[in-house]
Amino acid sequence: MKKIGRLIELKEGALKPANLGILTTAVKEGHEIFAILMETVTSDIQQQLARYGTDHIVKVVMNRPDWNPARWAQAVVTVLENLDIHILMGMTSAQGKDLLPRIAAILDAPLVMDCVHVDIDEQMAKTSQYSGKTTATFSLIGETILYGMRPNAIAAVVHPTAPHVTEQILDIPEETKLQVIEVLPGKPGTQNLSEADVIVSGGRGLKNAENFKIIFDCANAFGDAAVGASRVAVDEGWAPYAMQVGQTGTKVNPKVYIACGISGSVQHIAGMKTSGLIIAINTDATAAILAHCDYFVIGDLFTILPALTLKLTQL
Amino acid sequence: MKIYVCVKHVPDSAATIAVKEGTEIEEAITFLMNPYDEHALTEACRLKNLLPQAEVIAVCFSKPEAESTLRSALAMGADRGLLITTRHRHDAIMTARVLKKAIDQDGQPDIILTGKESIDSEGMQTMFRLAHLFNMPAATNVVKIETGDGAALVTCEKEAGVRETLKLEMPCVLAAGKDLNTPRYPTFPDIVKSRKKEIRTIELEKINLPEPASRIEMVGLIPAMEKRCPKEITGTTISIAEKLVTILKDEARVI
Ligand SMILES: Cc1cc2nc3c(=O)[nH]c(=O)nc-3n(C[C@H](O)[C@H](O)[C@H](O)COP(=O)(O)OP(=O)(O)OC[C@H]3O[C@@H](n4cnc5c(N)ncnc54)[C@H](O)[C@@H]3O)c2cc1C
Ligand SMILES: Nc1ncnc2c1ncn2[C@@H]1O[C@H](COP(=O)(O)O)[C@@H](O)[C@H]1O
Repeated sequence: MKKIGRLIELKEGALKPANLGILTTAVKEGHEIFAILMETVTSDIQQQLARYGTDHIVKVVMNRPDWNPARWAQAVVTVLENLDIHILMGMTSAQGKDLLPRIAAILDAPLVMDCVHVDIDEQMAKTSQYSGKTTATFSLIGETILYGMRPNAIAAVVHPTAPHVTEQILDIPEETKLQVIEVLPGKPGTQNLSEADVIVSGGRGLKNAENFKIIFDCANAFGDAAVGASRVAVDEGWAPYAMQVGQTGTKVNPKVYIACGISGSVQHIAGMKTSGLIIAINTDATAAILAHCDYFVIGDLFTILPALTLKLTQL
Repeated sequence: MKIYVCVKHVPDSAATIAVKEGTEIEEAITFLMNPYDEHALTEACRLKNLLPQAEVIAVCFSKPEAESTLRSALAMGADRGLLITTRHRHDAIMTARVLKKAIDQDGQPDIILTGKESIDSEGMQTMFRLAHLFNMPAATNVVKIETGDGAALVTCEKEAGVRETLKLEMPCVLAAGKDLNTPRYPTFPDIVKSRKKEIRTIELEKINLPEPASRIEMVGLIPAMEKRCPKEITGTTISIAEKLVTILKDEARVI
């Protein structure tokens, strides 16, 4: 039995749902799981972690708890050393992309990001390579091994435990070379694409910025779906870059991806091909996207999408 | 003032990737500069124009054919190129060491720019490893850079449109995101002018680096499988909408 550190990510004080599938990955292999939390841990968070197979909840209490990626990375390294943990799993989110490689650099440890599968005993990880066109298997060799898991790649399975709660009180030196000056919130309503369950996306077929409203309306009808866009829609200024799906945008992995007026270029497909279910709405029966989806409608998105939105709001 | 830009030689994003034996790919495809590195290079040239006597040096660790990527870098505005050649694939742990050594042997960096991710290995880590070896601060997904008073004030893009302003002491490592700028593609005169610029080639063996104790070794590579069999939904608009709702409810279970 090995000790596995799980870097848990919160958003506005609550547990991000995508953490749970990553816990499941570790549970399946029957190891001792340490959930490492850098922020205030509410009893609600503790209960959720206990439901999904956490053996230890490690609350990190720092002399200066505010966000600073360099200090936080140093704090995680210290926790791993204090608890003699040599495997760390995190999430390939914006925060994970800022912390895991820093931790790997400090420890000179191997790291694979965006893993869709890991084998902890064999120290192997599978991830996409060459813009999603291939899947590579890596063998990680080193004293400490780091995995950045792709959000939503593994479905969470309930596994109740009674975690042991401990605190790690750390005095991490002030970071002089890197300071966080301010954090500017995104536009209200901008959803986080990489962890969304449902994404409704629009491309050139939308024709202008005003028409994007019908994409937003449909996303709202789902409750909390996110809105995505092709690069053309972003380049035209109809949607912000934060919404771009694809190789040079965000790589997404929702349960459902609805592509409206998107032709299905290789660069777009590279960013959404691992989605659970893909639905395409396109007027062109020869569009490439139709070969990369589960269901397609050959038709005008301006009639099909509002009809779907209406049906969803009537549920 | 020396600005180093790490540029990776990667398969064209539109190229078909065919897996040969083992973990090798068919290399008779177009290779280009990694898209995010184009943003890094464009930014380096912009900073050069603001700072007196600045020099932009593009650095690449790759096979000898990567000279073409360095030539593009020179045409886009870099002053010189450094190519460290190898015949093998190397992980980010080794790559960072090689880039460090090559830069160290060349000069003293004030800023090192990289891309936030390479589109072939999708590693998202070389810049942080490089920064750690240099004991420099680092930031990723940088979309705005201002320099002054020995520091860089940068804006980084997080998720869902959230942005963060960081202040990094110089020298520092900054990894470019797509919103940093619009790459400046060279004109014909730029290309002609760049032919006179120097590319120094160094063989990996000559820089004498010990094998790192940790490794990320690729042991398998397969084409990504497409397991979908697309089905058409037909009917009147109303019935199509109803069928979609049924799929979303019963098959995808998202509503
Ligand atoms: C280095 C590089 C990186 C790139 N990265 C990305 C990336 O990250 N993401 C990305 O998306 N692209 C990326 N691209 C761009 C990509 O090659 C395509 O140009 C882009 O994806 C096309 O966008 P689109 O599908 O919206 O437009 P188009 O290809 O023009 O397709 C529009 C589609 O809308 C359909 N349509 C039109 N009207 C209607 C209607 N009324 N109802 C229904 N359907 C309709 C048309 O039939 C067509 O299929 C990249 C390109 C390069 C070179
Ligand atoms: N072999 C290389 N030569 C030059 N730069 C590289 C190389 N590998 C990675 N880089 C730089 O590091 C960034 C991140 O790469 P990666 O960690 O592979 O995602 C890239 O955008 C490049 O700027």
